[in-house]
Amino acid sequence: MVSARSVSVTPSSLTYSDLPWIIEHREDRCTLCGRCTAICPKEAIYLGHFRQRIPKLDVFSTKRQTEYRTFTGIRQNTNMANSCIGCAMCEMICPNEAIAPHPNTSENRSLFYNNQKGEPYKRGGRRNVTGPTLLDRIMFDRISMLTDPALDAGRHEFNITTSLGRVLPPEEFLQKNMNGGWIPPTREIFPFVIGSMSFGALSPNMWLGLLQGVAYCNEVLGIPVVMCTGEGGCPPWVLRSPYLKYLILQIASGYFGWDEIIRAIPEMQCDPAAIEIKYGQGAKPGDGGLLMWFKVSELIARLRGVPEGVDLPSPPVHQTLYSIEESVMKMIQSLSMAFGHKVPVYPKISASTSAKSVLNNLVRNPYAAGLMIDGIDGGTGAAYDVSMAATGHPIASNVRECYLDLAKQGKQNEIPIFAAGGIGKNGNVAQNGMALIMLGASGVHIGKYVMQAAAGCLGNEKNRCNVCNVGICPKGITSQNPKLYRRLDPDLVAQRVADMFMSIRTEAKKIMAPLGRSQSLPVGMSDALGINDKAAAERLQIKYVC
Amino acid sequence: MCRLALKSANEPFSPYSVLTAMEAMKEGYDGSGLGLLLRGLEFEDFKYNPRFPVLSGIAHSKKAEYRLDEYMDANGYELKYDHRFAMRPGLIEAKDRFRYFLRAYRMPESYKEKSQEEREAKLLRTRIALRRIGEDNGDDLTVFSFYPDVAMIKEVGWPLQVGDALCLDDGQIKSRVCMAQGRQNTNYGINLYACHPFFIQGIATMTNGENTAFVPIRDWLLGRKLPGYMGYQSDSEVFAHILHYTLKELKLPLQAYKHIITPLSNTELDEHPQGEFLRGLRNVCKRLIIDGPNAVIGTLPDETCLLVMDQKKLRPATVGGRPGEWAIASEMCGVDALVPDRDPALDFQPMREHTVLIPPDRKELTIWSQLDPYPLPQAA
Repeated sequence: MVSARSVSVTPSSLTYSDLPWIIEHREDRCTLCGRCTAICPKEAIYLGHFRQRIPKLDVFSTKRQTEYRTFTGIRQNTNMANSCIGCAMCEMICPNEAIAPHPNTSENRSLFYNNQKGEPYKRGGRRNVTGPTLLDRIMFDRISMLTDPALDAGRHEFNITTSLGRVLPPEEFLQKNMNGGWIPPTREIFPFVIGSMSFGALSPNMWLGLLQGVAYCNEVLGIPVVMCTGEGGCPPWVLRSPYLKYLILQIASGYFGWDEIIRAIPEMQCDPAAIEIKYGQGAKPGDGGLLMWFKVSELIARLRGVPEGVDLPSPPVHQTLYSIEESVMKMIQSLSMAFGHKVPVYPKISASTSAKSVLNNLVRNPYAAGLMIDGIDGGTGAAYDVSMAATGHPIASNVRECYLDLAKQGKQNEIPIFAAGGIGKNGNVAQNGMALIMLGASGVHIGKYVMQAAAGCLGNEKNRCNVCNVGICPKGITSQNPKLYRRLDPDLVAQRVADMFMSIRTEAKKIMAPLGRSQSLPVGMSDALGINDKAAAERLQIKYVC
Repeated sequence: MCRLALKSANEPFSPYSVLTAMEAMKEGYDGSGLGLLLRGLEFEDFKYNPRFPVLSGIAHSKKAEYRLDEYMDANGYELKYDHRFAMRPGLIEAKDRFRYFLRAYRMPESYKEKSQEEREAKLLRTRIALRRIGEDNGDDLTVFSFYPDVAMIKEVGWPLQVGDALCLDDGQIKSRVCMAQGRQNTNYGINLYACHPFFIQGIATMTNGENTAFVPIRDWLLGRKLPGYMGYQSDSEVFAHILHYTLKELKLPLQAYKHIITPLSNTELDEHPQGEFLRGLRNVCKRLIIDGPNAVIGTLPDETCLLVMDQKKLRPATVGGRPGEWAIASEMCGVDALVPDRDPALDFQPMREHTVLIPPDRKELTIWSQLDPYPLPQAA
């Protein structure tokens, strides 16, 4: 045994098999082109020169018997800062299939070292729970079979839109219509909304690609898709463009970007789709926004009115507020007024056991245009791992509870509930969304699915990639570094957005047609739902099927 | 398939003629129940004053009948006429029918000076109270309607057999309007209250097909917390309640019914002269959009009869007749049987945008299209 001092071992020493991802490199295939090391966003691999001893036993030789060869090879870094994130860009770029990361199936000791210099683990991404979600397990089982044939998804006319905005009770509508009272604004939108991802969290190419795709969906395909900006505003030219009507502008606790928005109001050609006031986010409830300094580029700094290269943490609550009641009074009303009471203003909260009380406050406020509830499976560009993994409430039962509460008051048509958090997490976006709609949501917001489907985000439930927070996104989706975001062609993103919404529309029809529904979105049609889990069926008040 | 037949004629006729027309339409199983609604009543043995409300229902025991009498007496209703059906009880499948009743009452004295609205509300409250009394006593009292000039009969079984059991062919009861429905239960159980037509405050509808949007519509109607918005043993009951809500609660013209249950699309509304109002109406009544497939046949207190289709028009119904005598039926052979001496070339099958009316004068059909101008109310 060698002495302890001759080996370099510290408490934080790690080796390959301690890391979450292990690079497998086949030297027999490698041509040493170096592309993998150049593209690795973490510098997790390096080209190194190595010397190999070639022992030879030749007793009659007078020459030195052992020979050496030198060669260039690829090795994996084992320090935390450069540990592989499994993004597999090396694999994607390798011309010879010589390299690939593999998830470490034995214990991942690096988990214990994610707090270097006292900083807890921060990342982007999602909750990292694999397997089917509760929404994935819901079946649509009320199929018209007896006297009424199922409809034809390909030939019948379908109406797949939902209302965003406060809807008056019919009596009040008629009375106000007759006497000229204020009728709150509503929008007819596609029930799958691109959820709030900020200009800042997303790269300019990604964000503009999305907007371009959304405009195409509206103007060419006739699918009235809207997208939410997230906190941080949007480019000044967009605010003054006709595309503004496809945008839900978000205001959050940092108020970033709102100087630009307020200044643009007099010059706006049209009204935005809505205003979302963010009080909470499903991925990190009770925590504020976080745009880390890596991503505060010159452009972002200008839009947000801050210096370049500083962390931009938004506080967990709106500092001017004492309570949600006060917020309902002040913020919703002032924002509604700022846009001439012509734009729906609604709050976004994280799913929580207190969602019902928020909802009941909104019911009593004539200016509140809806409620957006974001569940624990939602994604984020940056958050503490502990917030993402352990804080929050799943979306399904939260939405159901709120819907049933509204139905009890007969107000389910008045305040639309929008749901988010893990919709399409395993790819079943239309199924997940329609299940939530039948549980009582008027529509859903999707974020991660959009990043994955429209831009090829590499993140998955095994903590792959998830470096959105530090601006090194290898696909250029969440980076503010032009070298990275130029990898992403906005035109191709737009095309994928159109592909995605066309396919969601067809799948929604394929779900509605067998249920005999085509004329209105089946909001709250819980008699169509079944699940093979007794406890969940009971909680959601749907059928248990097995 | 459910069979629907409605006849409206200037000259009162026996409901049995409608049942025989239903027989012509028989195709497959639909023996889960028969419902009949008669308006413009005439009794052989009583000169009926059409102001008297008629209570229709079934007492399943002597005790139940006694309880009914007790309640009506206590509430000041004076019994004017108690119709006795000649019975052939052997033909009825159920064994617990003690007494089918059609009774005409005089309103309590205190309601003499009250408005029509108050009188109707009182009648509704009375009907619900009697229904509750029945439910509290093991369902031994079933009450279908309590309204002037409306009689209802409901029974589980084959339509013609039920007619024979109650000897409806004996000419004791006649009416100017008769709605009949033979039911094939689709999703919800076989139950007396689940038989069409459904009735609330003078408004009645019956339907074929299945209302796929039933649960969200029911949940919304229940949320109105209006008296009488209850039961929902059948998915078709909501059609009557939506019509009631449109006319009585929202006080909208009859044209609005079709705009509420099957609103026009955005492109159609863009062209419509009252598009803006109708778009708003669609929005606020979104939960009342039916998805069908259904044909809905209804009647109103003034003896107006109407027929509308769902948006996809996947259920059949035809209207035909001649001045003074009209019929609506789910099959064309039903219209033939009800009004044989008409010109079948003038029969009409409504499209998705139509509301067909047989007006009280029964001279000619009125056909409204949703694309026509909508009669907007004028500001006071």
